[in-house]
This record gives sequence, C-alpha cells and structure tokens, in this order.
Amino acid sequence: MANVTLRNVRKTYPGGFEAIKGVNVDVGDGQFCVLVGPSGCGKSTLLRMVAGLETISSGEIDIGGRIVNQIEPADRDIAMVFQNYALYPHMSVYNNMAYGLRNRGMAEAEVKTRVEEAARVLELAPMLERKPRQLSGGQRQRVAMGRAIVRQPKVFLFDEPLSNLDAKLRIAMRVEIRKLQRRLNTTSIYVTHDQLEAMTLADILVVMNGGQVEQIGNPLDIYQKPATTFVASFIGAPPMNLMPLGSDELKSQIAGPDGAGILGIRPEDFVLSSETVSGGVALDLTVEAIEHVGAETFVYGSRQRAEQGVAANPGELPPGEVIVRVPGATGPAIGERIRALAPRDKLHLFTADGRKRVG
Amino acid sequence: MEKQSVFQSKLLPYALVAPQLAIVLIFFYWPAVQAVIQSFLLQDAFGLSTTFVWFENYLELFKDAAYFEAIVRTFAFSFAIAFSSLSFALLLAVMADKPLRGVTLYRTLLIWPYAVAPPVVGVLFIFMLHPSLGVLSRYLRALGVDWNPLLNGDQAALLIILAAAWKQISYNFLFFLAGLQAIPKSVFEAAAIDGARPMRRFWTVTFPLLSPTIFFLLVINIVYAFFETFGIIDTMTRGGPGKSTETLVYKVYSDGLLGGNLGSSAAQSVILMVIVIVLTGIQFRFVERKVTY
Repeated sequence: MANVTLRNVRKTYPGGFEAIKGVNVDVGDGQFCVLVGPSGCGKSTLLRMVAGLETISSGEIDIGGRIVNQIEPADRDIAMVFQNYALYPHMSVYNNMAYGLRNRGMAEAEVKTRVEEAARVLELAPMLERKPRQLSGGQRQRVAMGRAIVRQPKVFLFDEPLSNLDAKLRIAMRVEIRKLQRRLNTTSIYVTHDQLEAMTLADILVVMNGGQVEQIGNPLDIYQKPATTFVASFIGAPPMNLMPLGSDELKSQIAGPDGAGILGIRPEDFVLSSETVSGGVALDLTVEAIEHVGAETFVYGSRQRAEQGVAANPGELPPGEVIVRVPGATGPAIGERIRALAPRDKLHLFTADGRKRVG
Repeated sequence: MEKQSVFQSKLLPYALVAPQLAIVLIFFYWPAVQAVIQSFLLQDAFGLSTTFVWFENYLELFKDAAYFEAIVRTFAFSFAIAFSSLSFALLLAVMADKPLRGVTLYRTLLIWPYAVAPPVVGVLFIFMLHPSLGVLSRYLRALGVDWNPLLNGDQAALLIILAAAWKQISYNFLFFLAGLQAIPKSVFEAAAIDGARPMRRFWTVTFPLLSPTIFFLLVINIVYAFFETFGIIDTMTRGGPGKSTETLVYKVYSDGLLGGNLGSSAAQSVILMVIVIVLTGIQFRFVERKVTY
C-alpha cells in the first residue's frame, strides 16, 4: 500500500544526453499507472529509476512517503516484471518464486505457503518443479508475475511485460494482470508502447514523448480531450486526423477560437452524408483505399490531390489524407466521391505548433 | 541452400589439403605411432640392439614409486594451476564486466599474457623471483622469508604454479567475460530487486549460470597444466630441485632424452596420450550436451 510520487525527476547521461526532462507524476495508493509513448521516449528509463536500476540525476522519487533516491532496489519494497521475464534459468519455477523470499530470511514454511498460493492464483501449480526453459512464453510470463506477487511488495513495476507474447495471449494476459492488480490492490506502474494496452489497463495514463510528459489523466479524458497533437495522434487507432487550418476552405467553416492552427477529428466522429451541418465541418473526399475489419470499415480518402505528400512523422497520415470510420461492413467504393461530416463538439483544435489545445 | 564450391579437377581438392595433411601425419601421427612402437621395445645402453619386450616397459613403470610420485605431483600441479588461474580470472572478469571508464583498455591488457610463450613466461618469472637475480626475491628476504626455489622444492613448485597460472589467466578471463556477457543483464537486476546482495548474487546466480563455462575451462586448464607447462618448467627449474617439479611430461623428456631410456619414455608418453584422449572425450561429450543447468 503506497503512493508513488515523482517530483521534477531528471536523468542526464554522462555524455550529456537528457533522457528524462523533468517529470512530475503522482500515483495514488492502489492505482494502476501506465506510462505510454513511442520507443526512445524515456518511459522504460523512468520505470528503472523508480526501481533503482538507474540513478536519478535530479528530482525526487517518493514511495510510500519515503524518498528512495539513495535506497538500493532491494530495499525499496518493489517488485518488477521484465520484458524478457529475467527468470533464473538454473532454478525451478518454485525456486524462482522463492528466491526473493529466502533472500529476506523468511522461514521455509512461510515461503512454501506463499509460493503455493501464488502458483494456485496463476495456475502454475502443476509446473512448480520445471525449469523455465521447459515452459511456454505465457507460462514464463506467469512465473515472472508470481515472482513479483509472492513478495507482497508496496509497488509492482511492469516493463513491457506482454511484448514478447503473441497477440491472442497478450490480450488474455492483459485482462489477467488487470484482474490480479484489482484483487491485490497494489500500486502499479506499467510501461508499454501499445496504446491499446495503455487505454485498457490504466487508472492514470501518462503519455510521454522525448523525455517529457505530454499529458497525464484518466484514459478516456485523454482520448476525448488530448492536450497536444502528439497525444491526439498517439492515442487511438487509427489515429486522429490532423489537418492544418491554412487559408483553405476548412478555416472558413470553423468559428474557432484565436490561435487555432490545427484541426483534429477522430475517424469515428465522421458521418457520411450529403447534407451539411451548421457549426461542424464537411469534407469532400475521394476514396483512395478501404480496410474491412468486420465490425467496422475504415475509408481512406484524400481531400485535394495537390496537398498530398509524405507524412512528417512515422504513424502520421500524409497531409491531405483523411481516415473515416464507417460502422458495419459496407462502405463506399474506391474512387467514389464522398462527403464526411463532423459536428462542432467533436472537433479538436490545437495551436499551429501542436503543443497546446485551444478548443 | 548452402553454397558449394565445385572443382574442375578431381585432383585439385586433394592437392589443396595435402600440406595440412602432411603436417598432421608427419608431426602428429608418425611420432604417436613411433611412441607406441618404441614403448614395446627395449634398447641396450649403446643403442646397438633392440628387443621386443611386450608390456615390460609399462610394467616397470607401474612398479616404479617415482612414477607414481610424478603422477600425484602432476595432478596436484594441475589442480593448483587450474584452481588459481580459474578463480583469479573469474574475479577479474566479474570486475571487468562492470561499466567502468576505460574498461576496454583493461580488457585488452588482461588478454596480453596469453600471447607470451611458456618459456618466456619462465624467464620473466626468473627475473622476478630467482633467489639471486630476482627483483622480488630481495623484498621477500627483506620480509624475512627464506626464499630459495633453487633449493627448496616446495617453493620451486609454488613458483611453477604461479607462472603457469599467470599465463593461463588471460585465456580463462576471455571465456569468463564472454560467459558473463551472455547472461541477460535483467537477470542480475531481477536478483538485485529480489534482495540478493552482491556476494549472494554471485554465488546463487552468476556462478551457476557460468557453470558450463567453468567446466569447459577446467578441462582446458588441466590439459594445459599437464602438457603446456613444459616450457615453463624447463626454463625455470628443469624438474628440480631433486624431482620436486618433475611432472609427467617433463619426466618423459628427462627419462628419454636426458636419461636415454627410450622405451620407458615412450611408454610414459603413450599413457599421457590416453589421458588426453579421455579428457578430450569428456569435453566433447560435454560440449554436445552444452547446458547443465
């Protein structure tokens, strides 16, 4: 049971590279905090700083009311699940889980009770005597979880624990982790680059980019009101359509606040219709490509051929391209001219540099 | 598909491997066969007559107390050399595995001794520890140690072990470092979070995970101590004082070349050959299984 508070935490490497540029996060007792961001954004570094595996250049990390900057990983009362599981290959599943308890001088009877309880919860009981190499990926993942929960620590730290699993197992384990965390009610910090994982797991979502926090909040709030264009395009799949408000016809349609330079619309907020809506936006598109997913269909349309070009950042749409989500399996044909409408309350407006939301 | 070279002529491939084959045949097989033949023969003192004596040379050896002493001595030397060079190399490797400033320089320097030929190692240690020439000997005597490996057999043995182990540290270090780097860092990190202090972490995680490397090196080191220490012994003590540093290999040389007893010397070398074959066999079987943990 503990709060985890990061106060103006920075990490500068000897070469001068600043990996973490002043992060403030407050994770309440029993909350599930997810750090999400593209690779290289510093999320893993931040987690390792909480664990004590990386030094803190400046700022404070507080676990359960105690500043842990100078405290060894072993004494921070945390448990960590690694991306590659980091199981001890020469020890049986039982010993893998018992190791941390024995190191702390726990009586063998108590060790046995705790390991068996964890094995029961994680359905590992039949394989306690096996070595890690005799286990499947999912089973190894569960042993890594078991090793964390037997210790009954104040905080769980997860470093992309599901990224080595196949897609189906990943979803199953995601649900398992959430259920387990709810039941144990242990404060958790979870690092992932998968925005879907982040959305589904988090009580508090921390979106990071370039060593900085872009936005902190409830996942749905972040989805509905992204603070920057980075968050807008990173959270949500397919990403939000971002269109510059130049001197073209878009500008005239919006009675937006001053300073608005970029317009964002989520693909699902469009309606295909030939009518016009007052206050909203109407886009005339030529259908370029169709993706049938089954329950929904994604229509890729271009506004003006002349505006097309190469996307500025990976994951972003090329300028002039718009994704429209249509429910069901029916959609327009390729080459067809369509009109997509978005109501005023579904529009996101950002400053031209994308750093600030203005409406 | 694997790329295969095709030769126009059937003779060319044979011609290409012939030099290598010739070397192996002339320098390995021929002497080995000679040794086996010699070990069944007995020559008179002047080499004028030779008689076929079956296993008499071997039987003589097994009745000879000096031979048994040499066997015990050789094993004692081997284990002392293997143990000291392995443990010291492991210590260095664990230290060099840490992210230190200039670590690549340390690593490079630590590998240098391997390039030094055994007789040169012997000479280097003589410069340091010869009772009258040695630089370090003066300090030892100043400290009150009666240091004289030319007269004291135990000190001579210590000197040989020291020199032989020193040379082998580099080789072991290289393998240990590679072994350590093959273990994912996160395993050590997990152990650190699991509350294992550095010493306990070493004995419960690092050491067991290195056990395949340790076993491999143990065999290599024993073979080294058996055979390759010849150069060191020959330059430093010539088996003396008395016979206190005469190992099995040195005895083959001194009995055969210096003592002129070719039959016995050959029999001894055949026994050594069997020992190498057994050790190599153990190692091969082990390498096939690869992992023991």
